[in-house]
Amino acid sequence: MTGRNKWISLGVLALLIALLPLFFPSGYYYRVGALIFVNALSVVGLVILIGYAGQISLGHAGFAGIGAYACALAPEHLGLHPALAVVLGAVVSGVMAALIGKPILRLKGYYLGVATLGFGILVSMVLTNERALTGGPDGMNVADLGLRDVLRDMGWKLSGGEFWYMLCGVVLLVGAWLALNLFDSPSGRAMRALHGSEVAAATVGVDVPRQKLRAFVISAVYASVAGSLLALQNGFITPDVAGFMHSVEMVTMAVLGGVGSVLGATFGAAILTLLPQVLTVFAEYEQLVLGLVMVLVMIFLPQGLLPSIARRLKGRDE
Amino acid sequence: MDALLQFLFSGLTVGAVYALVALGFTIIYNASDVVNFAQGEFVMLGGMITVFTFEAGLPLPLAALVAILVTSAIGVALNKLAIEPARGAPVVSLIIITIGASIVIRGATQLIFDKQLHRFPSFSGDDPIHVLGATILPQSLWVIGGALAVFVGLWIFFTRTLTGKAVLATANNRVAAQLVGINTGWVMTLSFGLSAAIGAFAGVLVTPITLVGYDVGVALALKGFAAAMLGGMGNPKGALVGGLLLGCFEALTAGYLSSQYKEAVAFIVILAVLFVMPQGLFGRKSTERV
Repeated sequence: MTGRNKWISLGVLALLIALLPLFFPSGYYYRVGALIFVNALSVVGLVILIGYAGQISLGHAGFAGIGAYACALAPEHLGLHPALAVVLGAVVSGVMAALIGKPILRLKGYYLGVATLGFGILVSMVLTNERALTGGPDGMNVADLGLRDVLRDMGWKLSGGEFWYMLCGVVLLVGAWLALNLFDSPSGRAMRALHGSEVAAATVGVDVPRQKLRAFVISAVYASVAGSLLALQNGFITPDVAGFMHSVEMVTMAVLGGVGSVLGATFGAAILTLLPQVLTVFAEYEQLVLGLVMVLVMIFLPQGLLPSIARRLKGRDE
Repeated sequence: MDALLQFLFSGLTVGAVYALVALGFTIIYNASDVVNFAQGEFVMLGGMITVFTFEAGLPLPLAALVAILVTSAIGVALNKLAIEPARGAPVVSLIIITIGASIVIRGATQLIFDKQLHRFPSFSGDDPIHVLGATILPQSLWVIGGALAVFVGLWIFFTRTLTGKAVLATANNRVAAQLVGINTGWVMTLSFGLSAAIGAFAGVLVTPITLVGYDVGVALALKGFAAAMLGGMGNPKGALVGGLLLGCFEALTAGYLSSQYKEAVAFIVILAVLFVMPQGLFGRKSTERV
């Protein structure tokens, strides 16, 4: 990806975020949009881990859980401002990722998948079982971020939906910008090199374990911030945010859109977030359809939707 | 002491089920290098189909047989429709495919049957047997005995029959097996069918104790996988030992430490095994070819 492509990707993303509300028939769609951006943010993190560095994680919802519960717990118990709680969650997630990543990133393929899965499930188990602290499976309330009131005092009146749509959209843009910067940076090149062949990367001087760990920690921070934003905008959080199915959804979004590209990640997040909304009429078929989408896309469009479509278009041009 | 024995009895019962799930993983992994995350759904299907055919009026043994055959057919279909078309796909894709397939199976089951928990009667009554101050359910003996029978049967199949040896040869080296005339495609079909049948059999055995619902498969798949990993991926003996050990760990944790964190044992075991001895108890050390 060249520098020009980077700005095209960001431009497309910014235009989509800015222009979509023109087509929203009701305020409800701002909520859905904000949800898509939050999911896309964690998926952009996975693009760095899976797409750049070629590693897998089936436990990233664990980091989302840490971020979410940091926002729920820190203001209440430590008296932190919610915005600082987001930072705290990101730091805790990053440190956790560094600690567990060091031993488990030696593993490959299925083994890595299952080790990360184990981590994620342990996090969700702690959140479910420590009722005194987290309220258990019933979940707990999350304090308000307070930023909307500040904006209102400055004379900028936004509905809850509009506010979260804009905030999450901006955070997603920043996240995408950072991820695209990383792509062409020395670290990004090293990650992509070890993705191709660890041995080859090591022989040209890439510190393979260090770069893998870096990708893992960065993606954990993305997931954590996404989890925090989710908790703050809902004002309520349950341990489901850290559950196995959430991890699976995140990976599916990443691979569905096309795991190498930031735009694809957003696309995948949009589809999987919209699917249940569209299917509410057929709530009974939701699982069936979700599963079928996962299987069929992987079989027929193994590169993901966006790259496959792009290649088809390109093929016709030539 | 009595308490310990009691915990071990329940641990061995659950462990036997984990062992059967782990065995199912092992068979498919050996034949195709795929870790089938839908393995737990086979157990669920075995239980669910038996419940509904039994309630429709079939005698229990016949209902169980129908369940095992239908599940086996679903296993073969899974291979033909989802795994074979994706041959050579990266691990991430295969993980998503089998998880996707497990979601499809769950979704279809809840549509065709329902979302309730079900059971059918135990095979030989519910009067507990007293052994050395502890008690064990007759159905537990069925579960443990059934699991052992499957392992012995498979051991004979793999070492004494030509077909079984063909499966082993394919597991060892697919290309070489093809060169000596083994139909490796057929071996894969057989492996999926067999693995699904074993899972369904486990479901039939354990349903009178643990009940069955459309969503019991996920936890079983993860724990069966933990058991397979503990024993050493790809090794049937490891699957048996790993399953029984994991069951006992869980029962002892629930008994002596915390029943809430019983479920955590499997995942702590996974992480510990991967950190300390990634090849498991009976696994071979593998080296990467460049």
